[in-house]
Amino acid sequence: MTTPLLSLQGLTKAYPGVVANDQVSFDIGEGEVHALLGENGAGKSTLVKMIYGLVKPDSGTMLLRGQSFTPSEPRAARADGIAMVFQHFSLFDALNVAENIALGMENPPAMGDLASRIREVSETYGLPLDPFRTVGDLSAGERQRVEIIRCLLQDPKLLIMDEPTSVLTPQEVEILFETLNKLRSEGTSILYISHKLEEIRTLCDHATILRLGKNVGECVPSETSARDMAEMMVGSTLQTPERSGREFGDVALDVSGLSVPSPSEFGTALRNVHMTVRKGEVLGIGGVAGNGQDELLGVLSGEIPTAADAIKFAGQPIGKLGPTARRKLGVLTAPEERLGHAAAPDMSLTENALLTGSVREGLENNGFLKWAETQSFAEKIINAFDVRTPGPENAARSLSGGNLQKFVIGREVLQDPDVLVVNQPTWGVDAAAAAAIRQAILDLAAKGTAVVCISQDLDELMEISDSFAALNEGRLSAPRETTGLTVEEIGLMMGGAHGMEVAHV
Amino acid sequence: MDLGEINPVLLVASLMVAATPLLLAAIGELVVEKAGVLNLGVEGMMIVGAISGFATSVETGSPWLGFLAAAVGGAVLSLLFVLLTQVALANQVASGLALTLFGLGFSALLGQGYVGVKPPSMGEIHIPVISDIPVIGPILFQHDPILYVGIALTAAVWAVLKYTRAGLVLRAVGENHDAAHALGYKVIKIRIMAIMFGGACAGLGGAYISLIRVPQWTEGMTAGVGWIALALVVFASWKPWRALLGAYLFGGITVLQLNLQAAGVAIPVEYLAMSPYIITILVLVILSADKSSAPASLGRIFHASH
Repeated sequence: MTTPLLSLQGLTKAYPGVVANDQVSFDIGEGEVHALLGENGAGKSTLVKMIYGLVKPDSGTMLLRGQSFTPSEPRAARADGIAMVFQHFSLFDALNVAENIALGMENPPAMGDLASRIREVSETYGLPLDPFRTVGDLSAGERQRVEIIRCLLQDPKLLIMDEPTSVLTPQEVEILFETLNKLRSEGTSILYISHKLEEIRTLCDHATILRLGKNVGECVPSETSARDMAEMMVGSTLQTPERSGREFGDVALDVSGLSVPSPSEFGTALRNVHMTVRKGEVLGIGGVAGNGQDELLGVLSGEIPTAADAIKFAGQPIGKLGPTARRKLGVLTAPEERLGHAAAPDMSLTENALLTGSVREGLENNGFLKWAETQSFAEKIINAFDVRTPGPENAARSLSGGNLQKFVIGREVLQDPDVLVVNQPTWGVDAAAAAAIRQAILDLAAKGTAVVCISQDLDELMEISDSFAALNEGRLSAPRETTGLTVEEIGLMMGGAHGMEVAHV
Repeated sequence: MDLGEINPVLLVASLMVAATPLLLAAIGELVVEKAGVLNLGVEGMMIVGAISGFATSVETGSPWLGFLAAAVGGAVLSLLFVLLTQVALANQVASGLALTLFGLGFSALLGQGYVGVKPPSMGEIHIPVISDIPVIGPILFQHDPILYVGIALTAAVWAVLKYTRAGLVLRAVGENHDAAHALGYKVIKIRIMAIMFGGACAGLGGAYISLIRVPQWTEGMTAGVGWIALALVVFASWKPWRALLGAYLFGGITVLQLNLQAAGVAIPVEYLAMSPYIITILVLVILSADKSSAPASLGRIFHASH
């Protein structure tokens, strides 16, 4: 057997209270696309940070082409040919593309030369980019191109990609895969981190599966079924949410001709949005992040007031009503961003339960708070949704992402809404908790609630929604029934490939 | 009233002197804020610079050593801010206010023996021929050297921020410290250097007041210039040349309104006294109507936890 490009042997890293990586060993061959699979919290991020020199392992060794490899900082790792595309883009909004790329290079050429090299490389790999555009104005897909080109300019031997497709349309994913295949054919190895199993099955030569910081198995993805890989990741059999046969009632939520400017500078304005949701129906709204999702949620929750007639609840205009007035009527929302928007991080679960539950659960009496009732409401959420926490007096921040998300969704579900709007209900949540949240949404719909689910996870939308619409630059496509919808059709609804072209190999 | 008493040449020449302390402090703070740190302690660092510079030049007889001591004094005081905000991760607003209060008190203590003393004069540069050109000579070429240092510093800060890698890294740290850290830049180290640069500049600005503009020492003699410098940085949209423009505008109207008061213009003194603030803010607000905004990480605490 030839020497692998990178060989990890017994890597261990412990943080106070948790072992992030426990004796992880595997090899990445030359020109191999190697998948690293695992749930959130399985230790994938810590592992790649060790390879990239951001974190030092407690024990274990790494060999790069047979030589000992101990990067003390990312600079050293880059010098040895390791490049990384981050999951949360490590870009600077106020700087332009060329400046962003220069920051990620050891010895960048003069700006003029760099700009022409960026053009050259971006065209070779089918990822067109203007070097002088400000990054804050780019779409998510374009921002990812900036990161990829930053890596490619350094002729990496190993390219690490952390969940690269979560922000792309299906067409953009295809182009990315062409680019990665071209790189592989040129001999570059790729470490591909994802939990999207179908992608890994199409792209990767080899997969390593992590669970709770341990290497629990390896497989050849093209020969293993997605379900088997998922069960290796989770360590138990998966429950797929079940939907019972549904009949829809009257129209509960009617949005027509809704146009609002975005409250934030880099946001997207909503343009002439139409949709109706009937009782018992789940409307899934897909789209690449930053195409108006946050604004749509703001408008539906009442954070952004609009023309009264633009939004009607059971025939009654509610466009001018604020969130509390809408809650009183039965229109509830669970925003994304658990720490900050959906929950106040430093307040206890009891206090957080009060924040949205006071109107419908009657937790206030002439301005005085009913703490006993509030606490029992919080406990009810914790029990009903299996939120793992020592008790409702703990701060929201102390919960893991999945547990807090269950709390945030449960808090709205238990208030018995007539209309529920959720944004990214399972973002950053492990598979078991995600299944529980989806089941709760389906159960709610079965009881006659109209649900609007905004999400970037297409698999999730296909699983739970009855009809599907996509947001693209603030416009909402006409909703279509989910049954029978193909991936190509969804991709086109989401706006196609945003000017990307397939790499010319 | 007699407006004829106002000599335009003298007016322009003295506005540059009036503006220099403000300019020095603002340029220093601009660099600090570009690195993503909000140091509200400018006033404190200025006054400590004023007394360090004053005391040193009185003791040594050299204004140059005085200015050096002022820069060192301001930078040393800024280390207290570094300790609080970059090491102990304390809140920047509270730490900056504490720095100002501490600086005002500490400088009063240091300055007890220096009230009423006259410092050695720095003198003005005199270049044969060009300094003697009528009008232009007295306005542009008959000042003390530190005034030119202020302008040179503005140009240098502008060029470094715009054209060098060091400037790019500094802006990157102020824009998104997590991303800069992920790329392997030493966020804390860069910020400490920026804060010390800001302290040194504020110290120079303070010493300019005590050694050249006023020349004497009184308690609290910076009289709010540090606060104006802070506001100036924001209204100048974090752009060095605009800070210079704002400082000269402010200095100019301050000098002009003093002249108008002396000339006995029939406008109440209170209105004249507030005019520099109003006009400077008005002009800079109009200028800052473009897209440029604050460094995104400004005032946020960085902790390399992951």
